[in-house]
Amino acid sequence: MPAPIRLRELIRTIRTARTQAEEREMIQKECAAIRSSFREEDNTYRCRNVAKLLYMHMLGYPAHFGQLECLKLIASQKFTDKRIGYLGAMLLLDERQDVHLLMTNCIKNDLNHSTQYVQGLALCTLGCMGSSEMCRDLAGEVEKLLKTSNSYLRKKAALCAVHVIRKVPELMEMFLPATKNLLSEKNHGVLHTSVVLLTEMCERSPDMLAHFRKNEKLVPQLVRILKNLIMSGYSPEHDVSGISDPFLQVRILRLLRILGKSDDDSSEAMNDILAQVATNTETSKNVGNAILYETVLTIMDIKSESGLRVLAINILGRFLLNNDKNIRYVALTSLLKTVQTDHNAVQRHRSTIVDCLKDLDVSIKRRAMELSFALVNGNNVRGMMKELLYFLDSCDPEFKADCASGVFLAAEKYAPSKRWHIDTVMRVLTTAGSYVRDDSVPNLIQLITNSVEMHAYTVQRLYKALLDDISQQPLVQVASWCIGEYGDLLLSGQCEEEEPIQVTEDEVLDVLEGLLASNLSTPVTRGYSLTAIMKLSTRFSSVNRIKKVVSVYGSSIDVELQQRAVEYNALFKKYDHMRPALLERMPIMEKTATNGPSEIVQTNGEAEPSAVEAKHPPPVAQPANQANDLLDLLGGNDVVPVIQTSMPTKPASAGGELLDLLGDLSLSGPAPAPSVPSSQPPFLLDGLSSQPLFNDIAPAGIPPMIAYNKNGLKIDFTFERANPNPNVAVITIHATNSTESEMTEFVFQAAVPKTFQLQLLSPSSNVVPALNQGSVTQVIRVLNPQKQQLRMRIKLTYTHKGSPVQDLSEVNNFPPQSWQ
Amino acid sequence: MRFLLLFSRQGKMRLQKWFMPLTEREKKKVMRDMMMLVLARPPRSSNFLQWRDLKIVYKRYASLYFCAALEEHDNELLALEVLHRYVELLDKYFGNVCELDIIFNFEKAYFILDEFLMGGEVLETSKIAVGVSMEEADTLQEQTMEEYMSKPAY
Repeated sequence: MPAPIRLRELIRTIRTARTQAEEREMIQKECAAIRSSFREEDNTYRCRNVAKLLYMHMLGYPAHFGQLECLKLIASQKFTDKRIGYLGAMLLLDERQDVHLLMTNCIKNDLNHSTQYVQGLALCTLGCMGSSEMCRDLAGEVEKLLKTSNSYLRKKAALCAVHVIRKVPELMEMFLPATKNLLSEKNHGVLHTSVVLLTEMCERSPDMLAHFRKNEKLVPQLVRILKNLIMSGYSPEHDVSGISDPFLQVRILRLLRILGKSDDDSSEAMNDILAQVATNTETSKNVGNAILYETVLTIMDIKSESGLRVLAINILGRFLLNNDKNIRYVALTSLLKTVQTDHNAVQRHRSTIVDCLKDLDVSIKRRAMELSFALVNGNNVRGMMKELLYFLDSCDPEFKADCASGVFLAAEKYAPSKRWHIDTVMRVLTTAGSYVRDDSVPNLIQLITNSVEMHAYTVQRLYKALLDDISQQPLVQVASWCIGEYGDLLLSGQCEEEEPIQVTEDEVLDVLEGLLASNLSTPVTRGYSLTAIMKLSTRFSSVNRIKKVVSVYGSSIDVELQQRAVEYNALFKKYDHMRPALLERMPIMEKTATNGPSEIVQTNGEAEPSAVEAKHPPPVAQPANQANDLLDLLGGNDVVPVIQTSMPTKPASAGGELLDLLGDLSLSGPAPAPSVPSSQPPFLLDGLSSQPLFNDIAPAGIPPMIAYNKNGLKIDFTFERANPNPNVAVITIHATNSTESEMTEFVFQAAVPKTFQLQLLSPSSNVVPALNQGSVTQVIRVLNPQKQQLRMRIKLTYTHKGSPVQDLSEVNNFPPQSWQ
Repeated sequence: MRFLLLFSRQGKMRLQKWFMPLTEREKKKVMRDMMMLVLARPPRSSNFLQWRDLKIVYKRYASLYFCAALEEHDNELLALEVLHRYVELLDKYFGNVCELDIIFNFEKAYFILDEFLMGGEVLETSKIAVGVSMEEADTLQEQTMEEYMSKPAY
């Protein structure tokens, strides 16, 4: 059997292959040869074969059949064998394979070998890929080597110990005694690895950290070493561009950071050296800046005095102006970390940061964008937004989504005026409309609804935007919704903010119908358009045209559209008397704060009973329309009921609230007092009875209670937990009147003890009909963070039979579940 | 450091050192991602980029890209120095190192790396010490008279 070819010859041969297929062929041939050689248990050439296998592995070919061979090499007496064997183990084996445990014994023997390079190999392998079992078995050996005077072994043992601790943190204790005099070494390798080991221990265990601070007086030792490094003369073997051992300096600074964090004494002890490093380090080369960077991070993290902090921020400011991109990037990253704590100091560099938005480097742009958003506040919001919107216009697509979300958030927090807010949101929708997150549509709709005075302006601007471009779906959806709502304002040309445009009904309907027909519109958008057209039937006079459109879509292929059209048709035909009330203007929606782009602020639609939509509507905003329509209907006249918007994790909860308002429309659960006005058309129930959802809605499980019952006025409380916050109890009051005459000007007021917070929403009406023919409902939210027993004092005022009545009462009989 | 990769402009892997346990499949994916990200960078960009939760530091030396992945608390600027030091060590050992040296003597590149880094941390900060260790270890090798590995004659 001829000797297997040498490694280098193989490499040369493989490199001559001109195609992938040729290479594969050569490799397969060689692998076959190697495999048979392994089978023959050939000791002489095992090393050569494994080496070749490793090369082929690096090219991407499978080499698992060499794993056991590596173990055999490790067990060999020859150094060359061991070297390749350990390398093979590190490349081919990992802790997932059971095979690796077989190494343990070999490593143990080699850790005690007479040759330090063999010991080194064993430590290296253990320290790179040792599994937890191996580490447990061999920790003792490592600990022994940590105490040796041989610096070559000591440094390796230190890093091996780091790995052991990472794998098996419980073993940390056993290395403690060995660390005692690690720092008194002169050898830089040992010093460096010791600092790494100490860092690892301090990071993992607060006890260790305290121990090193107090008992070992680590800080003065480190300060001394650092000082020596800076002050000492030129040392050729550690010098990097005039700086002595920057690696060690940086690691010491990092350990100092951990020691000084939240500890006044330690921080004070290191103040001087930090100032010295910060001012004396040469900044012309990268290495100096690396040290400065670490210094700045340390200064910002410990309890440094203000002068030092200012020094640090100024260093970062200088970094920002540096020509070197890496340094600018690093500066932006650090500023991002400190912007929360040292906001004002960072603000001073705002203009430089904003300039970085225009940098060509992608990484820098991203950091600059994040930092810019962090710096927006009430004072600079206009200027910053201008820059950020300009950035949004011109940036790469990968940034657009995040930038848009950031703009929305900042606008919401700091908008100086409603008009500015709407303009800003519109600008985002027109420039980056396809990248905004899904919930921006309902958020914007809510914003628009709440800016009552801006309705005319908004609808006009949106209409004009539609004329330009109908491809950006979020914009189109919002625009359709607005036109549906405020189309009358558009026609009447009432806009104060800008030049009113002249449109006719037909033009508006043309646009909306165009959306319905366009290929660019998604099904969701089409749904919006159809509903908008329908709503205009009560605002425009071209009812016939609208009827026609609606009937056409009654046979649409899209099931969603078809259903809507059919129901709208029904509205025209059978229930025309209800149409005006149903399609009335939307009430103002109560807003909960948006904390982030992922929040859904609207009442979620699934559980909504709706006159016109009986199935699950996919888009969130849509059902809110229907819900509001319904409330309009129930509330009767002009009184605007306020919907409590919450963040439902299940849609059912929102439906539950609605249920309360609707009273006994719930087909499940305990029935609250009858509160449905007698004018309730059967149509609604028809719509509802097909709703299996209501059976799924679990009531909160808290029994309702009678809070007040006097002089014919009875007030019931029903309970529910607000989903996002278990400390908030949502109580709905139902006021009914059993006397013969109605109670008008009914006002319900409540007060709670200091530890609670109360929020009273608008009542459904202020007339409690006589003879229990209806009820007034009102929602109360009580925040009870301390989970104390709920108590309430209520005051009732109303006019009965011509004379005013007022009464005060205490409510103490809250069921325990309502406040626990 | 979590891993260190060396690859050529054509996407050929020349060295891969992993400091975290990954399956073969995961390693392949990471290598593909790294090559894609780094090779796509325009010429005058910064040497840093963000990938998943790691900071990637890369530097090009002649035809080879040196690519390291750092954790959140690691110093990127220092990592550049680490990469540079490794190149210097290779240069000292091979004498004007080029990609071919690393291809034909990949095992030695690994040995040098193992004298410089361990478990992702710097093991030895002295330029001289690493060279001395390598020389002594090599002597041990030649003493055992294995012929298949011979230092290239210059």
